[in-house]
Order: sequence, then C-alpha cells, then structure tokens
Amino acid sequence: MNTIDLTLKIWRQKDNDSLGNFETYTLRDITTDMSFLEMLDVLNENLTKEGKEPVAFDHDCREGICGMCGAVVDGVAHGPDKEVTLCQLHMRTFNTGDTLVIEPFRSRAFPIRKDLVVDRSAFDRVIQAGGYVSINTGGTIDGNAIPISSETAELSMDAAACIGCGACVASCPNGAAMLFTSAKISQLALLPQGQPERKKRAQAMVQQMDAEGFGHCTNEKECEMVCPKGISIRNIARLNREYMKGILMGE
Amino acid sequence: MELNAKIPSGPLSEKWDTHRFQSKLVNPANRRKYKVIVVGTGLAGASASATLGELGYKVETFCISDSPRRAHSIAAQGGINAAKNYQNDGDSVERLFYDTIKGGDFRAREANVYRLAQVSGNIIDQCVAQGVPFAREYGGNLANRSFGGAQVSRTFYARGQTGQQLLLGAYSALSRQIKNGNVTMRPRKEMMELVVIDGRARGIITRDIITGEIQSHCADAVLLCTGGYGNAYFLSTNAMASNVTAAWRACKKGAGFANPSFVQIHPTCIPVHGTFQSKLTLMSESLRNDGRVWVPKDKDDQRPPSQIPEEDRDYYLENKYPSFGNLVPRDVASRNAKEQCDQGKGVGSTKLAVYLDFADAIKRDGEETIFRKYGNLFQMYEKIVDTDPMKDPMMIYPAVHYTMGGLWVDYNLMTTIPGLFALGECNFSDHGANRLGASALMQGLADGYFVISTSVGSYFGSETMAPADTTHEEFKTSEQNVADRISRLMRNSGDGPSGKVTVDEIHKELGRLLWDNCGMARNKEGLEHALSRLPDLKKEFWDNVYIPGTGSDLNQSLERAGRVADFLEFAEFMIRDALDRKESCGCHLREESQTEENEALRDDENYSYVSVWEYTGADNEPNLHKEPLVFENVTPSQRSYK
Repeated sequence: MNTIDLTLKIWRQKDNDSLGNFETYTLRDITTDMSFLEMLDVLNENLTKEGKEPVAFDHDCREGICGMCGAVVDGVAHGPDKEVTLCQLHMRTFNTGDTLVIEPFRSRAFPIRKDLVVDRSAFDRVIQAGGYVSINTGGTIDGNAIPISSETAELSMDAAACIGCGACVASCPNGAAMLFTSAKISQLALLPQGQPERKKRAQAMVQQMDAEGFGHCTNEKECEMVCPKGISIRNIARLNREYMKGILMGE
Repeated sequence: MELNAKIPSGPLSEKWDTHRFQSKLVNPANRRKYKVIVVGTGLAGASASATLGELGYKVETFCISDSPRRAHSIAAQGGINAAKNYQNDGDSVERLFYDTIKGGDFRAREANVYRLAQVSGNIIDQCVAQGVPFAREYGGNLANRSFGGAQVSRTFYARGQTGQQLLLGAYSALSRQIKNGNVTMRPRKEMMELVVIDGRARGIITRDIITGEIQSHCADAVLLCTGGYGNAYFLSTNAMASNVTAAWRACKKGAGFANPSFVQIHPTCIPVHGTFQSKLTLMSESLRNDGRVWVPKDKDDQRPPSQIPEEDRDYYLENKYPSFGNLVPRDVASRNAKEQCDQGKGVGSTKLAVYLDFADAIKRDGEETIFRKYGNLFQMYEKIVDTDPMKDPMMIYPAVHYTMGGLWVDYNLMTTIPGLFALGECNFSDHGANRLGASALMQGLADGYFVISTSVGSYFGSETMAPADTTHEEFKTSEQNVADRISRLMRNSGDGPSGKVTVDEIHKELGRLLWDNCGMARNKEGLEHALSRLPDLKKEFWDNVYIPGTGSDLNQSLERAGRVADFLEFAEFMIRDALDRKESCGCHLREESQTEENEALRDDENYSYVSVWEYTGADNEPNLHKEPLVFENVTPSQRSYK
C-alpha cells in the first residue's frame, strides 16, 4: 500500500463576518487509495484528538453526483484531475512532499459560512426564477405523445447533467454563473416541453443571476475547464441566443 | 398500539378508485388555512411539497443540505419502473404488482403494492412533462431497459443518472412553488424532535446547522420523507448525512417502526480497502450480465488473478445455480460472496472481495462491445481502485444499500400517530423483505405526487383540530429537551480529548457489530451477542465521546454525534426484529431456517406478518405488534434459482 506525506495549507474562517487565514497542517502516511475527502477526514480525526476544531467542509454522496462538495485545490476548483468532483479526486494524484493549498469556492454571490463551507442558495433562486416547466401534478399527456429524437434527448441530457456545485462560478474571473444557468436553460430550450415559456425563462433567470451579484461572461472558458460533468460552453452561446430572442421578439 | 391498515374494501383493482371517492376533500379556498410540514427533499419530499403547494396548502419544507437538490435520491443510477407496456412484451399493472410482491418475498401488503403499480405510468407522464430528458429510441419514443426480477422491459432511464434527473424534475416543481409563495423552503435545518399535541403530530423542533439555533415549527400535519437508515452500518452506499434521526424521534413519540431488520445488501459494490474508508460505491448490477464471479479454489493462492488457471478457479455461482448462474437475485449473490470470504477464499488485500471477470465476455464479444456497454462503470471503477477491468478482473463485495423497513403506515401513509405521515424509503410499505431494482424511485414519486394529496385532504377533511401554535407547552418542553440533549452530548468535551473516543470510532464499532451479526446472514447466537454489546457501546458513547467546538455554530462533529446517538438506540430495534423473525426471507438468511441445499427457507405459517415495534422507554424492551399479511390475489411461492 503506497503512502505519502503532505503539507496542507487550509483556509480557516469562523463565519462570513470574520477574517479568515491559512493554517498549515502536516499529514503523514496518507494511503494513496484514499479520496481527497477521506484525507480530510483523517486530518479532522487528528485535529479532534488534539482538541482542535476540525475543518468544516460540505460533502454528502461522495460519488460525484450530489454537488455538495467542492474546494479549490492549488488554484483549481475540484483539484487537478479532469471531470471529477473533489470527492472523486484520489490521493494517488499527488506525490509525497507536496504542499496543497485548499480554499473555499470564492465568489461575491457565495458567502462563506465556515472554513470551506459556502452558501450557494443563489443558485436555488436562479432556478426559482424560471428553471422549470410550469405544470402541476396530474393531467399530463402520455409520455410517448411527445416524440423527441434521441439526438435531442441526448443533447438535453448533456446540459441536464449539471450538479450545481458552483465550481464554474469559483473559477470564473468575473464570478459568473453563466455555465450553471445556461445548462438549465439549454436543457429546457432543447425540449418541446420547454417551448411555451422559453422567452420568459431566459429573461427571468438572467435577471435573477444579475440580482444575486454574479458577474458577466467574457469567454474565459475557465468554467468549462473545471466542470466535473463536462458541461460545454456551447450552452452559454445558447443562453445568449435565448436571451436575445426574448428581448427582440418580446414577452 | 392499534394497527388498522385501513385497506379499502372491494376488488384489488378497484380499491384505489374506491378510496379516492370515499376520501374527504378540502375545498380549494380552505386549503390555505392548513399548514403542512415536509421533512426531507428527496423524491418523496420534493414531489409531495410541490404537489401540496400546487393544491393550495401552506407548505413548509426542511432539509439538512444547503439546497433541496442534494438529497440522496440523486445518486440512484439505474432507472424507474412503470407498467406502460410500451415494448408490447406483455407487461401490465397486474404484472408489475406481481413482480414487486414476489420480489419482496411476500412480505408486503397487496393493496399498497397494487396502487404503486397503478400510478407508475402517471409518474413517467409527469416527469416527461416536466422536461426530464429520459433516453429515447431513434423514432422519438421513450426507451426501456431490462432490470433484475422481471422478464419484461419496463425500466425508464436517463443514462446512469436517472435518480438525478427525476430529483431535479421534482426540485424544479418545488422551486416553482417556492417562487409562487406556496412553499417556504428551509435548508440546513435538521429535525431534532417531533411535537405531538393531544395525540396528533403538530410540529417539529429543528436545529439550524449554521447557527445552532433551536426553533419550533407548528403545522396541521407533518410528512417525514427522510429516507432510510443504512448508515447504521457506518459503511453503506448511502450519502454521508443519511440518518434515522427523524424517523427514530417519531418512533420515540409513539410511531410504530415496521420490519427494522429488513435491509438490502447490494452484491456489486467496490470492496472496503482500508479503515479510513468513509463510504462504499455501488457498481450497477447490470455488470453481472457479462461478468463471471469467481474465487481461487485454494484459499492460500497468492497468484495474481491472470495467472490462476481455469482449473484452479471456483465459479461458485455458476456451479451452485446452473440455471441462473451469475444472474441470481441480489440476496443470493451477496450471501454467496460472504460465504466464500468467510471460508477464507476472498481476494484482495483485505480478503473481503470476489472477482468479477470480463475476460470471457471480451473474448466472445470483443473489447469494443464490452467497453461500449460498461465503459462508464469501468472508468468509475478505475478512478477509485486504479486497475482496469478490461485487463484485470474487478473486485466486488456486497454493501448495505437500501432499507425496506421503516415507519409503519396505513393505506393513507399515515403512521400510528395521527397527522404524521411517512413517504418514500422512510416508510415500510411497498417492498416487503426485498426491493427490486428501479422500484425505489417509483415508490418515492408515487407517494409524493399521487398518494399523499388524497391522504392529507382526507385527514383535514374528516377531523377537527384545535388551533395550536409554537407557544404551546409541548413546543417549549420539546425545545428544552433538544437543548438538554445537545448540552449532554457536549458534556464530556470541557476537559479536552485525552482518554476520550471520537464519534466515528463509536460509529465504526456499531457498524461492525451490525454488519457481523445483523447483516446478510444471521443466527440467534450472533444476534444475542450483538444485543448484549449494545448497552456498553451506548454507555461508552455517552460517557466518553469527545466533540470539539460548540453547539452554537456550524459543528459537523456535533451533527454526526446526534445521528450516531440515535443509531445506537435504533440498532436495538433492528436486532430484536431480526431475533424475532426466525425465518429466512427476502434479503436475509436466518441460518436456522435453511433448506437441505442451504437455501433460504421462508416460513409463511409463522411469519407472514409485518413486525411493528413500539418504543416503551429507554430502560424497557420494545413491544412487538403484528399486522398479519393477507394474500387474496396472489399465492406465496418459494423462490428457486437452481
């Protein structure tokens, strides 16, 4: 079993009103089969036994689908591996003697709650602004009454795969939530079910995005690079078209 | 404790219609006068909140995550069953009903399961209308795949992320109601206590996870949609925060808990590889379609798998079950893997794994075909284990996955506490002693979208309730109890960690105790041993647990401690239930109850009942009540896979 020794510089911050700072910790004999979060578990168990407060970090499913976990590792959201969340990053990615700098997802729209835990409820409010088809339970037509080509379904699914982790926002120099918002808009714009509210939806969601304090897109493409689900920035182009159409053709 | 299942009279296929007609309604203008609390935002909770909000009730919904979209339903991979018969392969409501009740080894209620099958089609229509991107055929129709326990193709899916897409569908419907003001969403709040006034559920006490604040919330009905208790075993495929607290708190306030020992152990998970491990990852069951399961014949064989020749391998499933081979049901596959490892024939560094080998399939169908079928799973495996299943066999081992047991509910999904309902995995109602693949998503959404609105309307329509608010004595007492419990948890921490234990250390010990004695195979001796160990473990926890930090801010150690404290109490119910049920059934083998060929032997004469446990106080043994199961439409048969 391979093991490595590491130095960690982790952002510690009591709450959103306090100032934060980096604390340095050393960890020995970390098994390379561990996931990144299991490595943090080991650190926290050590800290607990020393009578110190463990590092707060969000996590839940630990299989890359709930979108709860995430931190910036050495400047990259979810760390150096491609298309994985932090919980899927394994310690075999690192070498003994490495120093890792671990910070929360930083953005004006994501206030820090404690250490690596941030508040991403701005995302929920963007969805509440229009990220749905307005139908009630019941009274729907048979599923096969709406034929959808398999290509369209696949494209829509590509966009729908977003897990809402916020890595895109944390990586964007402008703190934009365009990849996140465009993923939902694309999913619905591509499908027949999304058509009736298409124009209104793009307007409402973009407006909410602005109100939350997210920045604008300047085609930096950082979001696409770190997205654990490989969401393409083509969706942002689609969002822009949807938004413009909404303005020109009016609702 | 009175157990009246309130199953409507009449023929099975008409019960649901009859019931809906006979149920009382609430006039639309009056609905806004009723407040409903929903705890949990998985498939059941999100769909129930959205649906009740649409109807005009005032809904207040709680979840422990930062967003309702994080609930663990999101991790379901395979799909959702529905009796649409789109494939013209002979499917029907009747057949889905039969497969589900047979799959549950005849330990579920006929009427509930039949209703589940009846509304299954509506779920698909609802989700399609919401914009859930289900897989499609080239012609544009919905695609189906096959799943275990059925001979028809009735599983709808969205790649390997069906749970995610269905949850995001329900979450979007919920988001719309939040926007409309019908649902108030309260994330990062953990339910700590149920409040019962005059024998009715009237509210909950929550702890704010960020600030530690303890708050009262009053309502006219409370819906628990809080999932299963698989994390009692410490290691499981559940998310880290999944817990039994809400259900257990309700149980301590008088709700009966049904079949707590019915736990499903999934055969194809990535094995445990070290003591640091925090969770187990499921690999889709579909792998057994092409993989061959084996272990070395000689338990001291140290050679790498590729160097072990055919004659030194034991393909134990194929040898033991020639007709089903590697495709035996989940429980049989799991049990046999454990048996091999117990004999010392396990592989890998921990010797707690068996091989799942694709070499023959690759030889037969070619690398490309096999990779196309399982590529994403192989990559997931490689990420975690760092070996390529195309070259070396996978190593797999069973893991705790789903809990069929849950709060006892009647046909209305109401628990034994009036006004308290339980939906989804949190209740016991539809899966008997074993859940079929792709049925959990179906049940969560059936309960939330299509069943609960009738039940809630009927409850409000037929009962007059005295007004109540959070100034009531019961709220004050309950708040105080929660605060006292938190200070008691923090009590040992004043003088530092030396000589103390951590929350995880106790949780791991409990998990090990349950896994060894109350897992796939159980016997009287082991269960009695586990039962006798529990008081010491509980004492060790309360006397020695060290929790850093304070109770008045974000403290993840404290959150875990509260949940582990409840698992420690709840474990007694699991073990006592397993002890009482001296038959093998569904997911578990009771070693005293086997056929001559060492297969599970069900005992319908003595155990055709739902076990319902009543909490009677910390120092008392719980009472067992029995709801007899009546089969009027199916005849229980013994399963055989030889």
